[in-house]
Amino acid sequence: MKPKAAILAAALVALGACNTFQNALGGEGADGAHFVSLFWVFVAVCAVMYAAIVGSFLLGLWRARRPRAPLTVDEGKHQEEPAIAGRLLAAWAILIAVGLTILTVASFFTDRSNAKSGEHPQLLVNVTGNQWWWDVQYSSGDVSKSFRTANELHLPVGVPVEVKLQSNDVIHSFWVPNLAGKQDLIPGRVTDIQLLARKTGLFRGQCAEFCGVQHAHMALDVTVESLENFRKWVTLQQRAAFAPQSPVELAGYRFFTARNCSACHAITGSPASATIGPDLTHFASRQSIAAGTLPMSAANVQAWIADPQRQKPGSNMPKVGLTPDELRALTAFMERLK
Amino acid sequence: MKPPGKQKGDGKGKVPRQRSPRDGPQLTGGELDRRLAAAWALPPGFIGWLSSVDHKDIGRRYIITALAFLALAGALAMIMRLQLARPGNDLVSAQRYDEIFTMHGTTMMFLFGVPVMQGMQIYLTPLMIGTRAMAFPRLTAFSYWMYLGGGALLWVAFVLNIAPDVGWFAYPPLSGPQYGVGKRVDIWAQMITFTEVAGLAVAVTLTATVLKQRAPGMTLARMPLFVWSTLVTSLMVIFALPSVALASSLLLSDRLVGTHFYNPAERGDALLWQHLFWFFGHPEVYIIFLPATGFVSEIVATFSRRSVFAYPIVVLSLAGTGILAFGLWVHHMFATGLPRVGYSFFTGASMAVSVPTGLQLYCWIATIWVGRVRMQVPMLYVVAFVITFVIGGLSGVMIAAVPLDLQLHDTYFIVAHFHYVLIGGAVFPLLGAITYWFPKVTGRMMSDTLGKLSFWMIFLGFQLAFFPMHIAGLMGMPRRVYTYPGGMGLEIPNLLSSVGGGVVALAILLFLLNLIVSLRSGAAAGPNPWGAPTLEWATPSPPPRYNFAHLPVVASLTPLWDSPDRLLVAQGLRVDERELLLTSVIDAVPDIREPSAEPSPWPFIAAAATSVAFIASIFSPWGLLFGTIPAAIALIAWFWPKTPPRVEEPVIT
Amino acid sequence: MSSRFPNSIATLALVAGLSACSREARHQARSEVGTAAIASSPDTVFPGNAAPPALDQRAAAFEGNAPAIAQGQQLFTSMNCAGCHSHGGGGMGPALMDGKWRYGGRIDQIASSISEGRPNGMPAWRSKLTQDQIWQLSAYVRSLAGLEPVDAVSARTDSMSNTPPQTQFAPKPPKPADSASQ
Repeated sequence: MKPKAAILAAALVALGACNTFQNALGGEGADGAHFVSLFWVFVAVCAVMYAAIVGSFLLGLWRARRPRAPLTVDEGKHQEEPAIAGRLLAAWAILIAVGLTILTVASFFTDRSNAKSGEHPQLLVNVTGNQWWWDVQYSSGDVSKSFRTANELHLPVGVPVEVKLQSNDVIHSFWVPNLAGKQDLIPGRVTDIQLLARKTGLFRGQCAEFCGVQHAHMALDVTVESLENFRKWVTLQQRAAFAPQSPVELAGYRFFTARNCSACHAITGSPASATIGPDLTHFASRQSIAAGTLPMSAANVQAWIADPQRQKPGSNMPKVGLTPDELRALTAFMERLK
Repeated sequence: MKPPGKQKGDGKGKVPRQRSPRDGPQLTGGELDRRLAAAWALPPGFIGWLSSVDHKDIGRRYIITALAFLALAGALAMIMRLQLARPGNDLVSAQRYDEIFTMHGTTMMFLFGVPVMQGMQIYLTPLMIGTRAMAFPRLTAFSYWMYLGGGALLWVAFVLNIAPDVGWFAYPPLSGPQYGVGKRVDIWAQMITFTEVAGLAVAVTLTATVLKQRAPGMTLARMPLFVWSTLVTSLMVIFALPSVALASSLLLSDRLVGTHFYNPAERGDALLWQHLFWFFGHPEVYIIFLPATGFVSEIVATFSRRSVFAYPIVVLSLAGTGILAFGLWVHHMFATGLPRVGYSFFTGASMAVSVPTGLQLYCWIATIWVGRVRMQVPMLYVVAFVITFVIGGLSGVMIAAVPLDLQLHDTYFIVAHFHYVLIGGAVFPLLGAITYWFPKVTGRMMSDTLGKLSFWMIFLGFQLAFFPMHIAGLMGMPRRVYTYPGGMGLEIPNLLSSVGGGVVALAILLFLLNLIVSLRSGAAAGPNPWGAPTLEWATPSPPPRYNFAHLPVVASLTPLWDSPDRLLVAQGLRVDERELLLTSVIDAVPDIREPSAEPSPWPFIAAAATSVAFIASIFSPWGLLFGTIPAAIALIAWFWPKTPPRVEEPVIT
Repeated sequence: MSSRFPNSIATLALVAGLSACSREARHQARSEVGTAAIASSPDTVFPGNAAPPALDQRAAAFEGNAPAIAQGQQLFTSMNCAGCHSHGGGGMGPALMDGKWRYGGRIDQIASSISEGRPNGMPAWRSKLTQDQIWQLSAYVRSLAGLEPVDAVSARTDSMSNTPPQTQFAPKPPKPADSASQ
């Protein structure tokens, strides 16, 4: 069993390394890094225990194939027990207790340092879960500086961030494995999670509590960037949407604001201001469409608008039934929303 | 029946040799068997089949039905593995996938895991403690029909495309009236009610049987370890199931008549469900696992040719696990944002529960070290159990730690963990136990060749199917997703899992094939083919309806090893009527003689009437009220007192 | 096994199930439902005692369909229908649960009211909601008056409410508003 276990452990490390943007072993956040070190401590202790148990078991099996054994029914001594086994039992009990105590204490202190890493947050983000997308609001004391986005989170590296979590419908769970563990979003409660990103990069988060038919397509793109880039991004997000330029974009804008889209979506700077669906003000600057269902591209935007139910069956975005012209115009306009 | 003055015995474990002068003539041999067979016979025909209250019939029905559900839920697992074999697959729709994983989990937990263990307990317990029937045989029969009704409800719903789609845990508000659309969730919740009734009925019956019907001389300290595990799990069922009964009733009431138990907008609480559900749900795992440790203890003893080392430690471990299991439920809720100090307590408790299991493992290993092991198929499954279950146990220690669980919770790491625990810890011992007791049940041995082939396939296929899930979970794959994107490195682990799943499915089919083939053409077994020490091997295979012609008297933990040629027997039970010997709870001193219920179709009718009431109450609250009327009529008929025939000269054994 | 499990259960489940098949089905991409405008405002009172026009064929896909009604319930909240109609009890707009229908209580009539709007403040939703959504809303509006099968409606929403649970609501047969004792 040992070589097999070693190979599997090696495979685990190798496989763990090849995925960098959604990986609990990434350790790019403070809590995530604590997880990685604690995880390997547990793996080491558990591997020793496993070797002890399975090793002594297999050794016992190999030894017990002997033709005669003194303490069996064949010798009439099946009830007798060697004294040494009793002492070993006590030793084993102590070993388990000590091992578990070490692990419990390690777990306790990791938990404490997790709690500490998010102290004194310098940025507050409100994330609200919906079936099946994330509503993200960057709050500021100055209301004119607050803004909304959806299905993406930008974080400055090295800055503690507090994320306040709420749900509009069912229970969801906020999970960006590279940065930290999970926190559920529960209707009727406000929960929170502290994030402290230590490395820049693009990471993927995903809803981790089953929340209905499209639970699989409820992802979150997390960009950790330098403070400078983050400020640039914030400045972009705070401004109104870019105005349509070409006639086809203008036609798309008209359709958006006059027709179905504006019943649910908002674009800052336009009459569309509904908050039922994701805010689309800077839609085209995002990494993906529909909470990670499709990567961002003109073709995917068109495919998504043409028939959302085909891409994400059961989602709340209906198939509007657009003419080819309307579809083209709308796609052009959406592409404009950088 | 008989005035108390006619009780027999001198109240010590030893039973008098001379018969009481007022009893009838003592019988032995063929005449005794004939008369006992007549007294314990089944009424003829289909009605008789429905009326059976024989624990062997009921246990067998439980096991066969549960194995059928295992096959069905396993087929669903294969559909899931096919769907997940590659990213972005569209073999099944999202909606259908949700139904499938809900059906898989629900069936495995409620219709396979617990019932198959209870079925084994129902079959084996009276034989192992040396009695003729269960304590409340009609209640046992009733429980089976309720279980079957619940299973039929769920699977008929699946066939009709109204299967539940909110997971086997059914968290509100997703399962509540607003988001749990239609009757799907009601069907799930009412299926829970069916299995609760069945499970509680069996638990009560088994507890009473174990405590009051042990053979004279079988003190608590001489009870086989499997019987101890039966007692502990039955008590756990009695304490755990009311919690989920309450939870599912509140959910049904929210859904049917618009109460607000789980509605935060009206001062209800969505988390209330999780507390109630996991207060049941965690012990549930041990309710499945502890009987398996009982199997392992029996198999290890028999195949090591000696008693399990440190019997009192094993018993205390069982009891300790049973108690600790009720203090762990919050470790399913570490991500809900409860106070952190509370989490530390549940971390400690979750880690502590591995102590008793660790001690049990030591006792089995020590038994093997000092014994002489025969590597036959049941023992092979014990090997698979240790190698596999310990991985699951240790990954359980990992997720007991809050910082680790917050990452691993609700990922495929957890899927891997609990399949290692439940398949490694319960199904492997169960397959070993089926192989071990198959000759007792049928009188024939299972094929060794097929047995070894399916063993190696399931053991290796299992590792291939479930070990990669640890990796998939660490790489960020959440549970309960019907698809996953490519390019995240999830392709290889998922493909390996799907291939391994196929091997496991083939192995299970091979095992079932082995059952069928061996039933027809297995080698004749004889009463005790393995040279085992416990009482069930003292009677012919398959056992007669009355189990034992003479009730055995026990003077040690391993009666068949200590007096291999002949057992002491108790005398003085009537032959022409169904009669049991009740003994005292601790020391098993003969206490009174007790009539045992005759076969009756009324438990079946009562179960059918209760089923109608339960199913009707999915659609209208009045269903519950008016549904009780036929159920009450059936119960009255069931309990209608029967005047015993006056026997001038009672005949005794 | 089929011959062995309680027949009553089988029969009952079968009866429940056959009616359930259409009740529970999620019609996701309902492309077969046309997008043509609904014929405008058929009333429950037809001139010259003319026979009422046949029910729109699209009704079958929405009436008594649990996912459609649930979707309508969500739209009722998100489109803020409660702003005028309250939770069916009426406020600035007419009540929806009293069985009185100014413009007809058939699902196609309600769909027409939603789609085209009505005098005195009911806006036209034709350009904002898809036809599917309008029909889903209409099915839900009917359920407020107890006109949808009780097995297909949800007992309550997860919000505050001042109306009795919808599953416990006696059906109010539709009648024109002016025929009532107003």
